[in-house]
Amino acid sequence: MKLHFGNGLLKGMLVTIKQNLRHPTVTQYPEQRLNTSRRIRGQELVWNKTRCTGCATCAKACHQGAIQIVTATNTENNKYEVETYRVDTGYCIQCGICVEACPYDALFMGARYEKAKYRRAELVENKEQMADSLDRPVSGYFHPERAEKLPVQTLLVEKINEDRSKE
Amino acid sequence: MTELFANPWFHWAFYTVLLISFALGAVMGLIYIERRGMGRMQSRLGPNRTGPFGLLQAVADAVKVLLKEDIVPANADKVVHWLAPIVAFVPVLLIFAVVPFMNGAMLADLNIGILYVFAIGSISSVGIFMAGWSSSNKYSLLGAMRDVASIVSYEIPLVLAIIGVVILAGSLSTNEIVKAQANIPFILLQPLGFIIFFAAACAEINRSPFDLLEADSELVAGFHTEYSGMKFAMFYLVEYAEALAMCAIISTIFLGGWQGPVLPPWLWFLVKTFGMFYVMVWTRTTFPRVRIDQLMALAWKFMLPLALINIVVTAIEVVIWPTPAGLPWVLIIVNFAVAGILIVTWSRLMKYGWGRVETTLR
Amino acid sequence: MALHTEPFILNIGPVHPSTHGVFRIRATLDGEVIVDIEPVFGYLHRGVEKLAEQRTYTGIIPLTDRMDYITSMSNNLAYVLAVEKLAKVKVPERAEYIRVIMAEMQRICNHLVAAGAFINDCGAFFTPFLYMFREREKLMDLFEMVSGQRLTYNYMRVGGVSQDLPAEFLPALRKFLKEMPAHIAEYERLINDNEIFLARSRMIGILPKELAINCGISGPVARASGVKWDLRKADPYGIYDRFEFDIPTGTVGDANDRYTVRIAEMKQSLRIIEQAVEKIPAGPVISDVPKVLHPPVGEAYGHLEGPKGELGFYLVSDGGIAPYRFHVRPPSLINLTALRQMLIGWKIQDAITIFGSIDITMGEVDR
Repeated sequence: MKLHFGNGLLKGMLVTIKQNLRHPTVTQYPEQRLNTSRRIRGQELVWNKTRCTGCATCAKACHQGAIQIVTATNTENNKYEVETYRVDTGYCIQCGICVEACPYDALFMGARYEKAKYRRAELVENKEQMADSLDRPVSGYFHPERAEKLPVQTLLVEKINEDRSKE
Repeated sequence: MTELFANPWFHWAFYTVLLISFALGAVMGLIYIERRGMGRMQSRLGPNRTGPFGLLQAVADAVKVLLKEDIVPANADKVVHWLAPIVAFVPVLLIFAVVPFMNGAMLADLNIGILYVFAIGSISSVGIFMAGWSSSNKYSLLGAMRDVASIVSYEIPLVLAIIGVVILAGSLSTNEIVKAQANIPFILLQPLGFIIFFAAACAEINRSPFDLLEADSELVAGFHTEYSGMKFAMFYLVEYAEALAMCAIISTIFLGGWQGPVLPPWLWFLVKTFGMFYVMVWTRTTFPRVRIDQLMALAWKFMLPLALINIVVTAIEVVIWPTPAGLPWVLIIVNFAVAGILIVTWSRLMKYGWGRVETTLR
Repeated sequence: MALHTEPFILNIGPVHPSTHGVFRIRATLDGEVIVDIEPVFGYLHRGVEKLAEQRTYTGIIPLTDRMDYITSMSNNLAYVLAVEKLAKVKVPERAEYIRVIMAEMQRICNHLVAAGAFINDCGAFFTPFLYMFREREKLMDLFEMVSGQRLTYNYMRVGGVSQDLPAEFLPALRKFLKEMPAHIAEYERLINDNEIFLARSRMIGILPKELAINCGISGPVARASGVKWDLRKADPYGIYDRFEFDIPTGTVGDANDRYTVRIAEMKQSLRIIEQAVEKIPAGPVISDVPKVLHPPVGEAYGHLEGPKGELGFYLVSDGGIAPYRFHVRPPSLINLTALRQMLIGWKIQDAITIFGSIDITMGEVDR
């Protein structure tokens, strides 16, 4: 193989040294936070107590078997109630199929993404923890009306604003 | 004060302490430059959390490594495994003995200073081979073998490349060489010698694109795969101390050492040394790694003949223009032209590696 | 005096920086030269094919995400194409366009990873890799915007796609399309002419055209060997017959050809996306498909030109809610079949380069 040195090596070196003049791509995570997608499928589920009828479509749709739902009739005030609604987020793969399956818009993906836990038992969430509250924002996955309320996603395409066509 | 320095024992003690602390301190600086500089060129930031601007990252790493468990493989040759980092580290420190920080500010102004550097410098590869051999790991052995091969090959162009400088300066002493560069740094008179020396030095201290012995994408970590804790830190230190020594030598013999206007001499020396290291970081960021047979081909077929031609050209020039007055523009232009033409034409002529090998063992 | 030497065995992997996962090459070495190799895989076997037989047709889509996790969108699409063939479902026009956009974005994404990792295997210390990952990050942002996840998209559905594109997607994609050619030019400046890179990749690991065809190799690896075979042209699925694009092919079939073919394919993918963005119509994105699918008894094979090669899903239905048999034709695995012929005789460093140039994902090889 015949090569002549110089040209290609210097061209490459020019590219790398020019990088010093540009803005770095990285984000300093705990201080700077980028907005996630409005449709983010976060690491938790949000469950709406009033809308849920206890039909268990979500539990059937979940191919991971992460959702446990037990319903019973409450004889005292003659109502059909969800007794247990439990999600083992350790099993959950955040595919969002349960949210799509829910016919009554009672189940949502959560919008948070920092959900590290110290114990495995803490991964199992019951219906009180899963209620729609302020510290558990709802993502717009499969619910466009919810998506509009969330902040716009920060895009790298827009964050690094450099016109390189001149080079 | 001068009387105190005239005392050889004080001189010896002072410079020994100074050099060791300089080597250890500057290595931290090099690690910082490498990580930050490389990070910046790769469109990221590099370490910036520990201390102001991440300056203490190297300290934090050192503390972490010190606290690590020291693991010796069960099949290792324990004594050699233990000795290897020391054998690799000591010669690197010895190189600094002849590096002039200022006019005459050096541990020993040997009149064969340059020769001493290369005689001592190649010993550390013995330590590396000991590490590779004693670890009883195939990756380590392959890495160590590659190191020996590259050291044996690259010593020759490395030494030949500086003969041009020695001819121009008329001395082997490092301090005399710096003094000879009062008008003009030798990089302008010896561009070819500089390029060959830089490339060969990269190979000698195993920096990219010649870092075959610790090629992380194929040999995991090369010779120090089986090292951990403080012994690993020693090898890490050797790597950067070698780089520092080579950069110091390059700035001494090609860039005019402590010579320079305005700034104090020791600062000029440091600026040049660290600047050279930045160039090494730059090449490491940009280039892929060569293959072992290409490494050999490059040494024997490319650098060796070019270094010899460089010596002949320099000798002829010295005979024709014995004492250049002022800036010898003719020489500079001629030398750069010779370097450019030789590199382009010679690399076209040579065969770069062998390609596929038909083996009979199957 | 002849020196007595004997070959020794080196286990490259399963835990090794350059095996792209948990692949193991049991190499017999004569010094640095490879005499024989034996690929060993199966360390990442998760039994996807058996798992799928107990899941509903929709529930399998997240599984396909996790096969080749670098090209989830293409996996989704290939599987969904197979189910649509099986259940004879029509797909709305807008969904077809969205699928094309997603598949081509995914191809760019994969080739960025493949080319970056390949140059990294050549020894460039992460620089081209990080530059390419920067652009991949931009694409992953777009995928996240559409599907809600960055890697396991789970976006395609039988009969369309799960949700429509958000309003801010197309402007962002146009912006990306505008700046991407400059980035590709930058990669080319950085590495394409680099003499060390050329010496490391040219005429290395040559895969002859005949061997490529005989081994059933597809995708960029086959095209680099000069096989002009692209399912987008040869068997146009979806609406690929409406777009104009070329099939880049290599001449020699060496590692460098495989790299340049990938770079050229990225440019072609950009062309396809540009055309699709121009023509995309409004309308529904999913046709009326029952939530629990009962396809008629029968079998179907859906395939597409995945970023790594022909990705096929073979489904047998017994009329139930889960497939009776689910089989994958993984391009990563089949492209590995010529590995032995490609590696023998080269040095251990070349082995890493050649292996990197094939571009495999262990999640797909072992499934």
